[in-house]
Amino acid sequence: MMLDDNTAIGIKNLTMAYGDFIIQRGLDFEINKGEIFIIMGDSGSGKSTLLKHMIGLMRPKEGQIIYQAGDFWAGSEEDRKMASQRFGVLYQSGALWSSMTLAQNIRLPLVTYTNYSESDIRDIIDLKLSLVGLAGFEDFYPSEISGGMKKRAGLARAMALDPEILFFDEPGAGLDPISSARLDDLIIELRDGLGATIVIVTHELDSIFAIGDRGVFVDADVKTQTALGRISELRESPPSPKVAEFLSRSSK
Amino acid sequence: MNDNIKIIGDSLHVVLPDSQHSVSFDSHALKSEAEQAISSGHIRSIKYALAEGAHWNSQTLATIKGISELADNKNIPSDLSSMPVGVSKILGLTKSTVIDDAEASAKEPSDLFFFLGDMAVAAYDQAKELGNFILLSLSSFKRFFSGKAQYQRSDLMTFIQTTGPEALVIVTVVNLLLGVILAFMGAAQLKLFGAEIFVADLVALGHTREIAPMMTAIILAGRTGAAYAAQLGTMQVNEEIDALKTFGFSPMDFLVLPRMLALAVMMPLLVLYGDAVGIFGGFLIGTLMLDLGAIEYITQTQNAIGLTDVMLGVFKGSVFGVLVAITGCKEGIMSGRSASAVGDAATKAVVSGIVAIIVATAIFAVLASALGI
Repeated sequence: MMLDDNTAIGIKNLTMAYGDFIIQRGLDFEINKGEIFIIMGDSGSGKSTLLKHMIGLMRPKEGQIIYQAGDFWAGSEEDRKMASQRFGVLYQSGALWSSMTLAQNIRLPLVTYTNYSESDIRDIIDLKLSLVGLAGFEDFYPSEISGGMKKRAGLARAMALDPEILFFDEPGAGLDPISSARLDDLIIELRDGLGATIVIVTHELDSIFAIGDRGVFVDADVKTQTALGRISELRESPPSPKVAEFLSRSSK
Repeated sequence: MNDNIKIIGDSLHVVLPDSQHSVSFDSHALKSEAEQAISSGHIRSIKYALAEGAHWNSQTLATIKGISELADNKNIPSDLSSMPVGVSKILGLTKSTVIDDAEASAKEPSDLFFFLGDMAVAAYDQAKELGNFILLSLSSFKRFFSGKAQYQRSDLMTFIQTTGPEALVIVTVVNLLLGVILAFMGAAQLKLFGAEIFVADLVALGHTREIAPMMTAIILAGRTGAAYAAQLGTMQVNEEIDALKTFGFSPMDFLVLPRMLALAVMMPLLVLYGDAVGIFGGFLIGTLMLDLGAIEYITQTQNAIGLTDVMLGVFKGSVFGVLVAITGCKEGIMSGRSASAVGDAATKAVVSGIVAIIVATAIFAVLASALGI
C-alpha cells in the first residue's frame, strides 16, 4: 500500500492494545504533508500511545501505519531504523541524554548518520541551538538547565537530521504560558521555514486553536476516533457533544 | 441516649457538635446510635443540624457521610437544609465520584490459589524476560566483535574507571580483612596440632579459589550492579531510552554493552588484586601473631597454590562479573517509569545479583570437585 504524494502519514484501521486491553480501535486518518496535525483527546484516551505507535516504540495490534517509505511495521527492524531517520521526536520532558552535553546530544545522530566533516557538524550544532534560542549553551549538561530549556534543546536535537516529520508529545506541558506560546510560534515558523509535517499530541486548547490545521479526536469512552477534520470546522460544528465540550472547555 | 440524636415522629434528628482543629467529638458513638435508630426500621427521614454556635470541619462531613450512606441503603432521604451551605455542596461532590462497580470488582480476590497462580505466572514471565535479555545481550556482543555495535567509547572508559579503579579502596579493605579472618580461623584450629604453618596454605587456597572472587563480586553487585540499574531505570523514566530507539540506536548496544564490557574486563583484574591483598592479610597475621618466618610463610604459600587455583578464581570472577552486569542492566532497562520502580529495580539488581553469585559458587564447587581441579 502506498501513499499519494501529498500525504505524509496514513493510519489504516489501527487497533492499539496493551496485551488484551484495547486502548483504541478502528483509527483511520491521513496526515497531509506540511500541515500541523493535532492528536487530541481526553486523559487516558491513548493519544500518547498513538504517538508511540507512530514513532516505532509500540507495535500495533492490528492495522497499519504508512509513511512515504511504506508500511512502517511490516518491514524489518533495519527498515524501521532507516524510516526513523526521516522523523524527529520531541518528548514530553525533552528526553535529552543526561550523560552528554547539549552539543553532544545533537552531535550523536549527526556523526552516526551523516558524513559531514567535523567543522560542518560543529556549525550545524551551533545553528540548531541558536534556532531554539540556546546559542552558547553547547557545553551545558541537561541537569544544569531549566525545564523549558530542556524542551527547546530536545527540539534542537529532534531537528538534527532535518526531519520531514516532527512529532511533539505535549509540547506545552510544564511550561509557563509565555514559553508555551513561544514554543507554538517556533513550531509554526519551523513548519513554514522547513516545510516539515508536524504532528502534535496535546489537550491544550490555546495551542490547538493557535497552530492546528487539522486534527483527530480520540475518545476514551467509545475507544475510537470521534472527530476528524479542520480544527476551525470542528470548532464550528462539532460532530459529537463530547468534542463540543472538549473544544469549548465547558461541561454540558 | 445521646442528646445529639432525637427521634421525632418517624424522623431522626442528628445534631452535630462543635468540631475544630483542636476540638473534636465522639463520632463513633454518634454514628453507632444513629445506626441503631436507622436499623430499628421506624425512621422515614433524617434531618441534620449543627449544634448552637458550633463549627464544622472534615470530621463533621465524614460523620454525615457515614450516616447518610447507611440511610441511602435503606432509601431514607437525608435533609441537609439546616446545615451550612458549604456542607451540602461538599457532600454533593463526594457523590459524583463513584467508582465503577465493574472496575471495583475487577480487583482479584486474595485467595491462596490466586496467590500461588500469580506467583507461578510471575516466575514464568521473569524467566522468559531473563532468557530474552540474555539472547539480546549475546547478539549485542556479536555485533561488538564484528565491529558493528554503536556505542560511545568514552562511555566504556568511564564505566571501566568507575567499576575498576574507583572500587579499589573497598576491594582492598574487604579482601585484606577476609585474609586476616581466614588466618585467625585457621590458626585457632591448626594450633591444636602445632601446624600453624598450614595457615599459609589455608589462606592462599581458600582466598584465591573461593573468597576473593565471591566477595569481590558481591561488592560489585552492591556498588556497580545497583548503580547500573538505577542509571538505566532513570533513563527509562526520562524517556531517554525511547529517544535512543527513535534515533535508531539500540539501547542494548548503546547502554548495556559498555556496562557489561566494563564489568567483564575489570572483574578478573579486581579478583587478582583481591588475591594478593588477601594473602598479604594472612601473611600479616602469620608473621606478626603466629611467629612464622616471612620467608617460610611465602615459600609455603608458593607451594600451596598453583596457576590452576589462581586461574580458577579469576575465571569465576569473570563469570560473576557477567552475572552482576546481566542482573543490573536487565532490571534497569526493564524498569517501570516511576521513582519507586527505579528503587525496585536497584533492589532487585542487588538481590538477584548476590543470589546468582552464590548459586554459581555452589555450581563451581561441585564442578571443580567432579573435575578434580
